[in-house]
Amino acid sequence: MPQSADLVKDHTRLFQEPEYQALLARKSEFECGHPAEEVARVAEWTKSWDYREKNFAREAVVINPAKACQPLGAVFAAAGFEKTLSFVHGSQGCVAYYRSHLSRHFKEPTSAVSSSMTEDAAVFGGLANLTEGLANAYALYKPGMIAVSTTCMAEVIGDDLFAFIKQSKDKGAVPQDFDVPFAHTPAFVGSHTTGYDNMIKGVLHHFWEGKQRTAGDSINIISGFDGYSVGNLRELKRMLDLMGVSYTILSDTSDVFDTPTDGHYRMYDGGTTLEATRAALNASATLSLQTACTAKTLPWIAEKGQATRSFNYPLGVGATDEFLMAVSALTGKAIPEALEKERGRLVDAIADSAAYLHGKRFALFGDPDQAIGLTRFLLEVGAEPVHILATNGDKHWAARVGTILADSPYGKGGKAWAGKDLWHLRSLLATEPVDFLIGSSYGKYLERDCKVPLIRVGFPIFDRHHHHRSPVFGYQGGINLLVKILDKILDEADRESIANDGISFDLTR
Amino acid sequence: MNAMTKEDTRTLIADVLEAYPEKSRKKRAKHLSVYEEGKSDCGVKSNIKSIPGVMTVRGCSYAGSKGVVWGPIKDMLHISHGPVGCGQYSWSQRRNYATGTTGVDNFVTMQVTSDFQEKDVVFGGDKKLDKIIDELATLFPLSRGISVQSECPIGLIGDDIEAVSRRKAKEVGKTVVPVRCEGFRGVSQSLGHHIANDTVRDWVLEKAKVDFKDTPYDVAIIGDYNIGGDAWSSRILIEEMGLRVIAQWSGDGSLAEMEKTPKAKLNLLHCYRSMNYISRYMEEKHGIPWLEYNFFGPTQIAASLRKIASHFDDTIKEGAERVIAKYQPMVDAIIAKYRPRLEGKTVMLYVGGLRPRHTVDAYGDIGMQAVGMGYEFAHNDDYQRTTHYLKDGTLIFDDASEYELEKFVQALKPDLVGSGIKEKYVFQKMGVPFRQMHSWDYSGPYHGYDGFAIFARDMDMAVNSPVWSLIKAPWKQG
Repeated sequence: MPQSADLVKDHTRLFQEPEYQALLARKSEFECGHPAEEVARVAEWTKSWDYREKNFAREAVVINPAKACQPLGAVFAAAGFEKTLSFVHGSQGCVAYYRSHLSRHFKEPTSAVSSSMTEDAAVFGGLANLTEGLANAYALYKPGMIAVSTTCMAEVIGDDLFAFIKQSKDKGAVPQDFDVPFAHTPAFVGSHTTGYDNMIKGVLHHFWEGKQRTAGDSINIISGFDGYSVGNLRELKRMLDLMGVSYTILSDTSDVFDTPTDGHYRMYDGGTTLEATRAALNASATLSLQTACTAKTLPWIAEKGQATRSFNYPLGVGATDEFLMAVSALTGKAIPEALEKERGRLVDAIADSAAYLHGKRFALFGDPDQAIGLTRFLLEVGAEPVHILATNGDKHWAARVGTILADSPYGKGGKAWAGKDLWHLRSLLATEPVDFLIGSSYGKYLERDCKVPLIRVGFPIFDRHHHHRSPVFGYQGGINLLVKILDKILDEADRESIANDGISFDLTR
Repeated sequence: MNAMTKEDTRTLIADVLEAYPEKSRKKRAKHLSVYEEGKSDCGVKSNIKSIPGVMTVRGCSYAGSKGVVWGPIKDMLHISHGPVGCGQYSWSQRRNYATGTTGVDNFVTMQVTSDFQEKDVVFGGDKKLDKIIDELATLFPLSRGISVQSECPIGLIGDDIEAVSRRKAKEVGKTVVPVRCEGFRGVSQSLGHHIANDTVRDWVLEKAKVDFKDTPYDVAIIGDYNIGGDAWSSRILIEEMGLRVIAQWSGDGSLAEMEKTPKAKLNLLHCYRSMNYISRYMEEKHGIPWLEYNFFGPTQIAASLRKIASHFDDTIKEGAERVIAKYQPMVDAIIAKYRPRLEGKTVMLYVGGLRPRHTVDAYGDIGMQAVGMGYEFAHNDDYQRTTHYLKDGTLIFDDASEYELEKFVQALKPDLVGSGIKEKYVFQKMGVPFRQMHSWDYSGPYHGYDGFAIFARDMDMAVNSPVWSLIKAPWKQG
C-alpha cells in the first residue's frame, strides 16, 4: 500500500512507489510506443548538428516561443493606471488566459473583462457587445477608467474601437465624460511588448491629444512590460526620490500587483493617477526603459515637444550609470552621494565574486531589452554570453546586441538570435553547450533536456515564488541579480564536488 | 456553520442582482437560485452566452479542445493554429502528467504554434499549415499524428484545414486531425469539448483499423485528464478489481489507446461534461455501455466500484469488495486524522462542469458541507445530475461573474472556497482559505483512495493554515 495517513504522499512521491511503476509498465503495453532503443536513438539525434540544421531550416512552425500576444501587454499596461479596468473586445477565452497568465506570475488577482463575442458578433460585428459590456462593467466594478483593447477576433472582422466607443457613449453605456482610452492590439502583429506600446500610446493619446502643453520640469518614465515591475518600480522611485527629481511613472503597476492580505480585497490599488497622467503632457522629457515597449509611443511623445530618451532595461553598473546620468542631465539634479555609494557597493560585490563569474559561459533568453540588459551585465562581471535569444527581437535588436558583444573581450563568442524560439535554443545548447542558462520558467525544459542549470530571470516565473518583489533595476537590483547568479554557480560547484568524491567540497569559497 | 435560511439566500441573490443594469439583471436572475429539495434540477438556466463586461470566469472552445480533450494525447503534436497567445497561455497549465521523452515520443508540454502574422490573416494560413506539417514530420519522426487546433482567425478567414489535413495525412502517413475549435464558437469551453469529441469520432475512430485481442474484462477510462496523476490513482483501483484498462482518455493517453477503445466492454466516464459525446457515439455505433463514475472520496469511490462491478461477473464483484476492504483501514486513518480538524466547516465551490458535484461527497467524508456551488460551463443535464448531491437551501450559481462570487463569499462566509487561479488570490486577500480545484493547486492526484488522502491533507492545510490568524494587525484587532 503506497499511501498512509502518517505520511501522505502526493504526486512528487506517490508514483515512484512500486505499485505505480508496475501500473505504468502495464499501461505501456497498450500505448504501442516505440522501442526504448529507438526513443534513445532519436533523443540523441535531436541533440546533433544534423538536427540543428534541420531545426534551423524551419520556415513555418514555431515551437516553444518566448513571447505572448499583444493584448496581454495591453492589459498589463492598463493595469498601472488608477482604478483602471481592462476591457478586451473580442472572444472571452482570451481574457481568461491573460488573467490567469498574469496571476500565475504575480500570485495576485488580475481584473479584466471581455465583450464575450460569439458567432453572431462575428457576422454582425461587436458593437452591441461593446455597448452592453461597457455598461455592465461600469455598473458592477465602478472603475475610474476603462481601457479597451482587442483580441484577434475583433481585429480580423475589423471592429473600429473609436467609432464603437463613441456610439456606446451616445447610447449611454457610460457617461460621455468617462475616460475610455483604447488601443487596437492584433495578436498577429508583434508580441506582448507591442501591445504594451499600443496601450500606453492609447492612454496618452486619450489624455493629451488636442491639449495645450505647458512645459514643466518633471520627467515621465515608461518602464515597459516587466515581470519585475513590483520590485523594479519601487526601486526606481527610491532612486529618483534620492535625486530629488519630480517624475511620473506612466503605468505604475508596483502596488497593483502587490496588494496586502489583510482581510480586504482591493480590486484597484495604486497606479498612476489620471490627473498625473493628464499632467504628464507637460513633462520636460519622457524616458523609456525598454525601447521595444515604446517603439510607437516615444516618437509620438517627441512630436508633442518633449525630449525623449530610451534605454535597454537599466540593469547592472553601466546601464544604471547611463540612466542616472541621463536623468541628471535632463533635470539638472545631481546624482547624490548615496547613489554613488550604492554603485560602489555593487562594484565591490562584483570584485568580491569575480573569480567565480570569470569566463563562465551563459545562454540567455527574454524580452529584447531585458536580454540586452542581462548581456551587458554578464560582460561587466567577466562572464561570457554565448547564445542570446529573443523570440520577439528583430534585426535592429540583433544588431544592437552584436555591437555590445563586439565592444567587450568577453563578447567575442556571443551571438544574438532574433525571432528564434526555445526549440532553436535547445539545439544551440545541445551543440554548443554553456555553463548556465538565464531565462523564464519556460527554460526549465531546456535545463532538463540539455542539463544546463537555469537561473530564473524574466517573465513569466511560474514555478518559483516572489522573485518579482525584488528589483533587478539599478545598483541594488544588480546586487540581487549577482547573488542569484552566484548562488546557482556555487550550488553547482558543491553539487559537482559531491559527485566527485567530495574533492573541492570547500567550506569557504 | 452557515446560518442563512433559504429566505436569506434569496434576499442575497436579489441584493447581488441589484448592481446590474436592468437588462443584464434579468438575464443573470435566471442563473442564480436556491436549491429546493426534491426538485429535478437546480433551478438555473445554463449553457447560455455570457453577458459582456461582467468578468465571466469562462474560457473558450479552443481551451475545451486543445486545453482539455486533445492536448493530453501525448504522442501527437497539437498545433495551436493562429496567433501565438492561445498556445502560450495554455502551455503546460493543466498538469496532464504523461510518461515518455519530451520532444521525442511525448509532446504534451510543448507549445507548437503557427504563430500567425498579418500576412497569414490576409492571404490565408493553409500553405503555412501544409509546411508546418512537413516540418513537424521531419523534426519529430516518432510522433503518431498531428491535431490542428483552430484559433479564432481560422474560421473567419475561410481556411480549409480539413482539405490540408486530408492531403497531409496521406503524404506523411500519419493521423492528422483538423479541429474547428475557434474561440468564438459557442458560449464556453463546453462546445470545444463537443467539437473535439466529434473530431475523435470522424478522424480517429472511424478511420482506425485495429488488430487487438480483447478480453471480457476490458474497460476504458474516459474523461480523466490525469491532472497531478488522477488517472493513474484511478486505474490502479480498476485494475486491482480485476479489470483490464485498455485506454485512457486523454490523460497520459496515446493515439493507439484511442483507436482500441471500441473494443472495450464498458466505458468508464469520469468527466461526463467533456466526454459524454464520444461515449454516446461508441454506445450507438459499437454497443458499448458507459457509466458515469466518481472517484472523489471513499463514499463515492466505493459506490462507483460497485456500480462498475455490477456490469461484470462475480469475480469482478468480489474484486470490488476486496479493493474496498483493502483500502478501508487507510481511509479510516485519514478520516480519523483530518475529520476532527474540519468537522462542520463549509465550502463554496465554483469549477467547470463536473467537479462541484463530484467532490461534494468527498468534502462530506472529511466533515465539510457545501453551502454554495456552481459551474462555469455545465448544461442542464449536469444540473440534473447534481441534485442528489445537494442539501436543501444550497446557493446555486451558473456562469457566475467575479462580482457575484465576491458578494456570495462575503455573505456565506465559507471556511473554504474551491475554484480557479483567477479567483484564488481574490479570496485569499479577503482572508478566506482557497484551493484551486482545476489544477489541484499544483498538488494531487485527488482521484481514488490514494488521491483522497492527498485531498484531505490539502483541505486541512488550507483551512487550518496558521496564516489566517495573521490577517489583522494586532493593533487593529478587537
